[in-house]
Amino acid sequence: MVNTTIMTFNILSILPILVLAGFGMIVLVTDIVSSRKFGDKNYLAYISLLGIIIAAIFSRSSVGTALFSFSESFAIDNYSLFFNFIFLLSTGLTILISHSYIKREEINHGEYYALLLFSTIGMMLMASGADLLNIYIGLEVMSISIYILTGFKRSKLISNEASLKYFLLGAFATGFLLYGISIVYGTTGAINLKQIACFIAGKGGSSDPLLLMGMGLIIIGLGFKVASVPFHAWVPDVYEGAPTAITAFMSVGPKAAGFAAFLRIFMTAFGSTHYEWQKIIFILAVLTMTIGNVVAIAQTNIKRMLAYSSIAHAGYLLIALVAANNMGVSGTLFYIMAYVFMNIGAFAVVIVLSQKGDEFIQINDYAGLGYKHPLLAIAMTLFMLSMAGIPPMAGFVGKFYIFSAAMKSGYVGLAVIGVINSVISVYYYLRITVIMYMKEPTRDFQPLTISPLIVAAIVISVIGTLQLGIFPSKVMEIAQHSILTLK
Amino acid sequence: MPILSLITFLPIVGVIFILSIDSKKQELIRITSLLVSIVVFFISLPLYFNFDSHAYEMQFVEKLPWIPSFGINYYVGIDGVSLFLILLTTFITPLSILASWHITKSIKEYMIAMLVLETGMIGVFISLDLFLFYVFWELMLIPMYLLIGIWGGPRRIYAAVKFFIYTMAGSVFMLLAIIALYFLNFRATGEYTFNLLEYYRLDISFAVQFWLFLAFALAFAIKVPMFPFHTWLPDAHVEAPTAGSVILAGVLLKMGTYGFVRFCLPLFPEASHAFIPVISWMAIVGIIYGALVSMVQEDLKKLVAYSSVSHLGFVMLGIFAFNIQGIEGGITQMINHGLSTGALFLIVGMLYERRHTRMIADFGGLTRQIPVFATFFMIVTLSSIGLPGLNGFVGEFLILVGVFKSRILYASLATSGIILAAVYMLWMFQRVMFHEITHEENKTLKDMNKREWAILLPIVLMIFWIGIYPNSFLRKMDASVNHLLKQVGNKANVASNVRVQNKPEQLQEDATPKIDIVTETKTEW
Repeated sequence: MVNTTIMTFNILSILPILVLAGFGMIVLVTDIVSSRKFGDKNYLAYISLLGIIIAAIFSRSSVGTALFSFSESFAIDNYSLFFNFIFLLSTGLTILISHSYIKREEINHGEYYALLLFSTIGMMLMASGADLLNIYIGLEVMSISIYILTGFKRSKLISNEASLKYFLLGAFATGFLLYGISIVYGTTGAINLKQIACFIAGKGGSSDPLLLMGMGLIIIGLGFKVASVPFHAWVPDVYEGAPTAITAFMSVGPKAAGFAAFLRIFMTAFGSTHYEWQKIIFILAVLTMTIGNVVAIAQTNIKRMLAYSSIAHAGYLLIALVAANNMGVSGTLFYIMAYVFMNIGAFAVVIVLSQKGDEFIQINDYAGLGYKHPLLAIAMTLFMLSMAGIPPMAGFVGKFYIFSAAMKSGYVGLAVIGVINSVISVYYYLRITVIMYMKEPTRDFQPLTISPLIVAAIVISVIGTLQLGIFPSKVMEIAQHSILTLK
Repeated sequence: MPILSLITFLPIVGVIFILSIDSKKQELIRITSLLVSIVVFFISLPLYFNFDSHAYEMQFVEKLPWIPSFGINYYVGIDGVSLFLILLTTFITPLSILASWHITKSIKEYMIAMLVLETGMIGVFISLDLFLFYVFWELMLIPMYLLIGIWGGPRRIYAAVKFFIYTMAGSVFMLLAIIALYFLNFRATGEYTFNLLEYYRLDISFAVQFWLFLAFALAFAIKVPMFPFHTWLPDAHVEAPTAGSVILAGVLLKMGTYGFVRFCLPLFPEASHAFIPVISWMAIVGIIYGALVSMVQEDLKKLVAYSSVSHLGFVMLGIFAFNIQGIEGGITQMINHGLSTGALFLIVGMLYERRHTRMIADFGGLTRQIPVFATFFMIVTLSSIGLPGLNGFVGEFLILVGVFKSRILYASLATSGIILAAVYMLWMFQRVMFHEITHEENKTLKDMNKREWAILLPIVLMIFWIGIYPNSFLRKMDASVNHLLKQVGNKANVASNVRVQNKPEQLQEDATPKIDIVTETKTEW
C-alpha cells in the first residue's frame, strides 16, 4: 500500500537520521566525560551499534510509504530505505571490524565512531535527496567525515598524505558537482528532480547544450565518488593509506551513496533524455571495468588490489546505469548489497591477518594461510570467488542481474565487454586462493588476536555472500519493489 | 522419491558430516566419503531400472520455484542421453575416492572437494533449467581447480589456473547466450523462464542461431576439448592427482559433448547443420593430431591425455553425423571413454605409486613381475583401441557407420585414427609390459592388492558388459535420440546438405516469423 502524502515538514521522515546524529553526539560526549575513568573504550562501539540498530528499526517502520517532505526536497520511499539498510549494514560491519583494529593501531578515539555515524547521515541524505541541493549537502557531510577518517592515523605520513589527496581532489569534484547543479538550475529553473523532469518533458526531451553540460559536470562529480575511470586516480593511494577499516568502509559506503544519487538523478530528472547521457556512461563503464581489472592484476599489495577491484565493480554497476531499465536499477541495488558483504568480508580478513602498523598486507604474505588458518582462508576464498562472479556466490547473481539488464536494453556489446572483464578479474581473485592454498608459507603466522566482533563481521559477511547467492529471491523482490517511485 | 535431488545433494550432506570429523582421523574421513559415494551409487541404480525406454520425455522430473522473479526454477529430469552419464558419474566417483587412499596431505579438504565435485557433475547432467545448469557448470570448476592446484604435480599451479580460466572464458559467453535466449523466449511467448524444454519450441532466425550456437559451442568445445582448444587438457591431466585425472577424463570432458547434444543441436538446429563441416573437420584434426602426439609421448599420463583428444574427436564426429547411429555411438563412446580412459589413468596412477615415475622408458618387462596387473592393463588397452567384444568397439563402430552414411570422406579420415590408436596404445603397452626387465627397481614390484582389485574389477566388468551386450544400454537411448533427431530435423533447413535419413518426411520449412534479438524492448519488467 503506497500512500503519497505531501507535507511541508515531517519530522518523522528524518527520524533515522536524527537518531544517528543523536548517537553521534552521545559518543562524542561520553568519550570526553568518561575517558579518564575507563581506559578501554569498548562501550563506544556498542553505543554506535545500538544507534545503528535503532535507526534500522525506524527505517523498517517506514517501509511502504512514499513520503516527500520538506517542500518535496526529501524523499522517504522504498528506494531510499533500501539504501538506508545498505548504509547501516556497511557502517555496522565497519564498526565490527574497527573495534579491535583501532585499538591495535592506537587510534582508539571517540571521534572515530562519531564520524562514521555522521558520514552515514550524509549517505542517507544523498539517497533520500529529492532535489539536487539536498544530494549535494549529503555528499558533503559524507565526504568531510571520511576525509578526516582517512587521515585518522595522525602519526603516519602515508595516512596524512592519503587524507590530503582525497580532500583536495574531492573538493575539486564537489566543485564540479556544484557547478553542474547550478547550470542545471540555470537552464531548467528548478533544483527539484521532478520539476527538472517536468521541464525537460515540457521541452519534448530537449538537447539543450547547457543542460548537457550540467549533466556532464554532475557525472564528473558523482563519478569521482563512485571511483569511475577517469576520475579514479585517487583511489589506490587513498585506499592504501587510510586505516584498513576505513578503506573497507570507503569502498562500500560512498560508492553505494554515489550510485544512489546517480540513479535517482538520472532516472528521475534526466530519465527522458537517457539517449543523451547513456553514451557517456557507456564509455565510462567500459573504461572503468577494463582499467580497474587490468591494473589490479599487477598489484602486490592486497589493499591496492582491492582498490582496483572496487574500481572494476563500479564499472559493472555503471553497465546497469547504461541499461537504464527497471531491471538495471533493481540489479544495482542487489549488486551493491552483495558487494557490501563480500568486500567488507574481504577487508575483515585482511585486518585479522595484518599486524600493527599495517604489516603483512602484501599478497605474498598470505602464502600457506590455507593450512595455518583454514577457516579464515575458506572465508577469504568465498569472498574472492564471489567478487569474481562464480556461482553459487552473491557476486554471480549480481553480475547475472546486471548483464541481463544490459542485454534487455539491447546492449549486447557492453555485456560482452562485461563478461570478458569478469574473466580477467578471475585471474587476480584466483591468485589469492593460489597463494593461500598452493604456496608454502613464507613467514610465521603469529597467533592472531581475534576479537569476537570481527568474527561476527566475517560470519555475517559469509552468510550474506552465500544467502544472496543461493537464495537471492527475497532480496531481489525487495529490490524490485524499491525502485517503483523513481520514475 | 526424489532420486535426482537425493543423489545430487547427498554428497553435500556427506561434506557437512566430514566437516565435523577431526582432521587427524584420516582413515575415518576416507571411509566416510567412500561410503557416501557408494550410497549415492546405489541410490542412482533405480534410475536405470525404472527408466521407461519408450518415452522420450524427461523422467524423474522435479520442479520447484527457486528465484520466481526471474522465472528460475529448480527443474531437473533425465532422458536417455543423460541417464548413462549420471550413472557413469556415480560409478566413477567411489572408484576415484578408493584410488585416493594414499593421499595424506589435507585429506579432509581433499574428500570435501571430491564430494562437492560429484554434486556439481550430477547437477550439470540433470538440470533442465538453464540458470541452474550454469550454476552447476561453474560450481564444479572450483573443486576441480583445488584438486589440481593443491594435490597435483610440480607444475600444478600453472595447470590449475589455466584450467580454470580456459573454462571460465568459454562459459561466460554461454551465460550471455542463455540470457539472450531468455529474452527471445519472452518476446515470443511473453513468459520469463529459463526452462530448456520451452526454449526447444522457440523459432529463432538463422543469424541469431549462428551467434548463439557459437557462444554455446565455444564453452563446450573448450570443455570437450576440441582441437584447437585442447591445450589446457595435457597440463591439467599431467599435473592432476590420479583421481582428478580420472574424473576429468571420465566425466568432466563429457560435459562438453553432452552440452552439444542437449543444447546446441536441439536449440539451434539450422546453425548446427551449417556448422557440420567446421565441427567435423575440427574433430578429424583432433582425432589424427591427438593420435600422432600420443605416439611420441614419453610420459604415460601425457600419452593417455592426448589419446583423450583423439577419442573425443570421434564422439564429436558421431554427434555431428546427425543420424541415430552416429549420435547413439557418440553417447556410447562417451561412456566407453569414461571407463577405459578412467581405467588407464587409474593404472598409470598405480604404476606411479609403485615406482614414482611415469616415464615409459623406466618400465619394461613388467608382465613377469605383475601378471594380474598386466592382464587388467591389457584388457583396458584393448578396450581403448576398440577390440570387438569390448566396449570401445561398439561406440566406434556405430560412430563410423553413422558418419559413413552422411559423409564418406570424414569417415575414411576418421578410420585412420583407429589404426593410429592401435599403434600408440600397443606400442606403449609393449614398451611398458614386455621385453626384458631393464631396471632393477622393477624386479621387486608387487602385484595388485585388494583395493586395486576393487577399483579395476568393476570397470573391467562394465567393459565386457557393454562390449558383449550393448543393447541393454542402446535400447534406453533410442527414444530420446530419435526425438532429438526429430527436433533437429523438424526445425532444420532443407537447404542444408545433410541427409537425415531416418526422418526425411520431417524436413519442412517453417513459415513462422523469425525473431531478432538486438532490438529495443518495449515491455518493462
